[in-house]
Amino acid sequence: MKEKLEQIKKEAIEQIAKSDALDALNDVRVNFLGKKGELTAVLKGMKDVAPEDRPKVGQLVNETRAEIERILEEATKKLENIKREMTMKAEVIDVTLPAKKNIVGHRHPNITTQEEVQNIFIGMGYEVIEGPEIETDYYNFEALNIPADHPAKDEQDTFYINGEYLLRTQTSGTQVHVMEKGNLPIRMIAPGRVFRSDEVDATHSPSFHQIEGLVIDKHITFADLKGTLAEFAKELFGEDTKVRFRPHHFNFTEPSAEMDVSCFKCGGAGCRFCKGTGWIEILGCGLVHPNVLKMSKIDPEEYSGFAFGIGLERIALLKYEIDDMRLLYENDVRFLKQF
Amino acid sequence: MNTALSWIKAYVPELECTPQEYLDRMTLTGTKVETFECLDKNLAKIVVGKIMSTEKHPDADKLIVCQVDVGTETLQIVTGAQNVGVGDLIPIVLDGGKVAGGHDGGPLPEDGIPIKNGKLRGVESYGMMCGIEELGSSRDFYPEAPEDGVYIFKDGDVKPGDDAIAALGLNDTVFEYEITSNRVDCYSVIGIALEAAVTFDKPFVMPTVNVKGNNEDVNDYVKVEVADTELCSRYCARVVKNIKIGPSPKWMQRRLAASGIRPINNIVDITNYVMEEYGQPMHAYDLDTVAGHKIVVKRAANGDEFMTLDGTMRALDDNMLMICDAEKQIGIAGIMGGENSKITDSATTLLFEAATFNGANIRKSAKRLGLRTDASGKFEKGLDPRNAYDAINRACSLIEELGCGEVVGGVVDVCVPLKELRKLEFRPGRINELLGTDVPAEDMLDIFAKLKLEYDKSTNMLTVPSFRQDLEGLADLAEEVARFYGYDKIPSTLPSGEATTGKISFKQRIEAKAREVAEYCGFSQGMCYSFESPKVFDKLCLDENDVLRNAIEISNPLGEDYKIMRTISLNGMLTSLSTNYNRRNKDAKLYELANIYLPKSLPLTESPDERMQFTLGFYGDGDFFTMKGVVEEFFDSIGMSNKIIYDPKSSKKFLHPGRQANICYGGKVCGYLGEVHPEVLDNYEIGTKAYVAVLDMPNIVPQASFDRKYEGVAKYPAVSRDISMVVPKEILVGDIEAMIAQRGGKILESYSLFDVYEGEQIKSGFKSIAYNITFRAKDRTLEDNDVNGAMKKILNGLEGLGIELRQ
Repeated sequence: MKEKLEQIKKEAIEQIAKSDALDALNDVRVNFLGKKGELTAVLKGMKDVAPEDRPKVGQLVNETRAEIERILEEATKKLENIKREMTMKAEVIDVTLPAKKNIVGHRHPNITTQEEVQNIFIGMGYEVIEGPEIETDYYNFEALNIPADHPAKDEQDTFYINGEYLLRTQTSGTQVHVMEKGNLPIRMIAPGRVFRSDEVDATHSPSFHQIEGLVIDKHITFADLKGTLAEFAKELFGEDTKVRFRPHHFNFTEPSAEMDVSCFKCGGAGCRFCKGTGWIEILGCGLVHPNVLKMSKIDPEEYSGFAFGIGLERIALLKYEIDDMRLLYENDVRFLKQF
Repeated sequence: MNTALSWIKAYVPELECTPQEYLDRMTLTGTKVETFECLDKNLAKIVVGKIMSTEKHPDADKLIVCQVDVGTETLQIVTGAQNVGVGDLIPIVLDGGKVAGGHDGGPLPEDGIPIKNGKLRGVESYGMMCGIEELGSSRDFYPEAPEDGVYIFKDGDVKPGDDAIAALGLNDTVFEYEITSNRVDCYSVIGIALEAAVTFDKPFVMPTVNVKGNNEDVNDYVKVEVADTELCSRYCARVVKNIKIGPSPKWMQRRLAASGIRPINNIVDITNYVMEEYGQPMHAYDLDTVAGHKIVVKRAANGDEFMTLDGTMRALDDNMLMICDAEKQIGIAGIMGGENSKITDSATTLLFEAATFNGANIRKSAKRLGLRTDASGKFEKGLDPRNAYDAINRACSLIEELGCGEVVGGVVDVCVPLKELRKLEFRPGRINELLGTDVPAEDMLDIFAKLKLEYDKSTNMLTVPSFRQDLEGLADLAEEVARFYGYDKIPSTLPSGEATTGKISFKQRIEAKAREVAEYCGFSQGMCYSFESPKVFDKLCLDENDVLRNAIEISNPLGEDYKIMRTISLNGMLTSLSTNYNRRNKDAKLYELANIYLPKSLPLTESPDERMQFTLGFYGDGDFFTMKGVVEEFFDSIGMSNKIIYDPKSSKKFLHPGRQANICYGGKVCGYLGEVHPEVLDNYEIGTKAYVAVLDMPNIVPQASFDRKYEGVAKYPAVSRDISMVVPKEILVGDIEAMIAQRGGKILESYSLFDVYEGEQIKSGFKSIAYNITFRAKDRTLEDNDVNGAMKKILNGLEGLGIELRQ
């Protein structure tokens, strides 16, 4: 009996080895393990075996079966692998063929810059507030300590609608709207479109964008202004950015300053973007003028604050090395696609 | 404002620094130096030479061969200059030296022109004689230089071998400043010099002013009457007789030239010099032309005409202040003198004027006249009345010093009472509180003292000098401390105090979503001007009486094309599409988020309605339904997922009459979309179909929401039915869908159109439409009965619309 089983096993192994296709292996399975298979036949012959030997023979048969199944399984796996390999070989593609892209649109470089600036200040607890683009003389000038007949009004080349209404020349008026509401402390930025009667050329546009910032609280200092804007500059231009504050003059702040950042193109060594100085002027700022606070019914002895104004286009043009401001308003898709 | 460093040093004699140091430190204390130019940057090895002998060049008629004593030796130099002769002292550039430009006075090369020994027509030349143009300047600034030829030193104070650059005053640096409008005092050399003295902590020395005057009385020469003291708060006059007109001294010419002022003669130069030095414009009249020897300061009358000394006739009005004599107008106050009182060579007695005019008035007058002069530019900043008196005395002191005439004793001074000097409380504690610093009070007082603010310890008050009209309060004092303590030394801190939440508004969140969706759908963001031409209404084919034609007008636009504030966003979009089309860009998909401006009344008496418009436009790949898809994508993304109604009766003149719709949601028209009308396409020169959508954000934002609730995933199976029908053409798919939605009942889950067909096999006037309708219950598996019931209701409804069902 034992010899017979050995014989069956040997034959099965031989046939498995000869099989070169999954179908052939299946035939082997049927021939040996199937209902009419040889091993099954052996089991059927168990009745001729002496009862005391039956368990032993049964065990032998099962072992043989398991052995054949294991070898079959191995062979099947092997053949399947070969088949898969062949399929994949046939499926080789030229990976350098063009990609199938989902055609997405592009954001305007101005707005991208605006969002970057905005997000930095939102992270510092500032609320983004919008104000009207057609403003009154009061909000655009008077409440910002620029009284009637002040030369600053001429300097800013204002577009007027009539004696009272004008196109805002700065986003600063939005500050006044917020201060008047009297909810202190204030931490806000006001991005938006502003207008000045400059003829269109490579560096001028009658319409451009500013982001105005305002903080009003008790104990706000010039040092706070410096710290806040230095932090902002690092966020926007990189950790290594240095800042420099130069005294300047704005009617609605005192003391006032202009902030330069170390040139983010050359790192401060001097290049064409910074005109060889290593510094790029980025924004104007200062402590809110006590007259401005008073006009908005805030007591300058109790509260103080700082304000700043950033020209968006200036940053966008420098950052993206755009050499002509007119491109920003042409909306040529070949231009927009690059951002 | 441009000033030579040598002029600043006249008042800060101990100032020692490189030009770059000066630029940096002045800029950091608030006197911004834009740039500087070293006049000698391209001049090297140029000495004074004396021509010892000349002879004709053997081979060239136009050249002469000179032997020149250059101090250390005698050199042979060949020159083509025809104006030199034996004994002349001239600038010579030696071998290996450099000059700034060519003798033609053309543009100066960046690095100058190197000079070497060479041969001219076979004769050795060991250097070159220089004309003023080769030295980088011009006859404008060196009027004594010959029109063509070599510069010849006329004064006897140079000798061979001297440094010619220094002798010509070219060893100087000119700084260009950007002065802020509040610092009127810094529009003067003295003002800047004081800043420099404090910046570099060096003594400041005012010029010595000491007018002797003769023993006559100026009041016997001239009477002054100021009729309008509001526009002229001070008028000072002095008289100089027996004037001797001639060139001014070289040092004065050099300083004026460096400031960009052409030297003319001693009298003109002195007035210009004092204008620069003190920042006070002055004017001189020929007293013999002043009728009645009387000056009257009064307004012109409307319709007056006046010839200014540049020979131009000017139209005047009654807001312009005039200087008149007893009979006539002789000058426009603060702007320009008259042709009729111009100083001529025959003048012997001069009237000097230094006055204080109302800055705003001068600014406006100059603007109306279209005549901005150096004088008006200074006056319009609003000058210090005390300065007028000092300046006129400085001028007369120079006249005596330089021997230009005999100054008559006394000053005519018509002056409204001067304002008392401002006094400010000294509060070092508060200053430190504002700056976030710890500057000792003594250090602050030291800064103030250098800036000429006097401190009275007993009252703790600081007296502000009259020239610092900008110092009005504590904040201004804080800035003075900060400037000279150093902005860079102030620490960097972050605001303490209550934390605030950073956020954007709901409206801004919706706009951000709009950008996201548009870009995801392939649209790029454009940006258009807010103002445009009134012609756009015709381009857009708007009716004559269309309400959109009521636009806000800018009273001083850049031109007709930028005259009105837009009331519709489409012109910008179509112009941009046109730009792309005409540049042969195959596809263009653009969007814009910006305002239109609708007046509530015209003329404007209240703030207009600024409405944010989300405008989409494209040509190329896609059609009406592509645009419709973007609109729905956007509505979905902001939680507006109820049924959008598209009403084809939108009657927009600029859209294709059969391919447009209003977009209605929640009972509100939220915008419109459609194919652009062919005529409008023509007007914009777009040669292909274009589609636009305009969404009116103020009607959308209140209906939007970011609230979301999970509704579960269906557990029970759906049942779906297809229906096919023949529909009269005029019935819209929207009507059919409304019927399905209305009749489908609770178990209706969704429906979708899967076929629309017109043409053969369908009778004319009809179209074939097929829908797949899906039913599902949340709580059970639907029975046939449930679905049949719902279907029956739907089908009945559809038949009621005149629709034939196909089996």
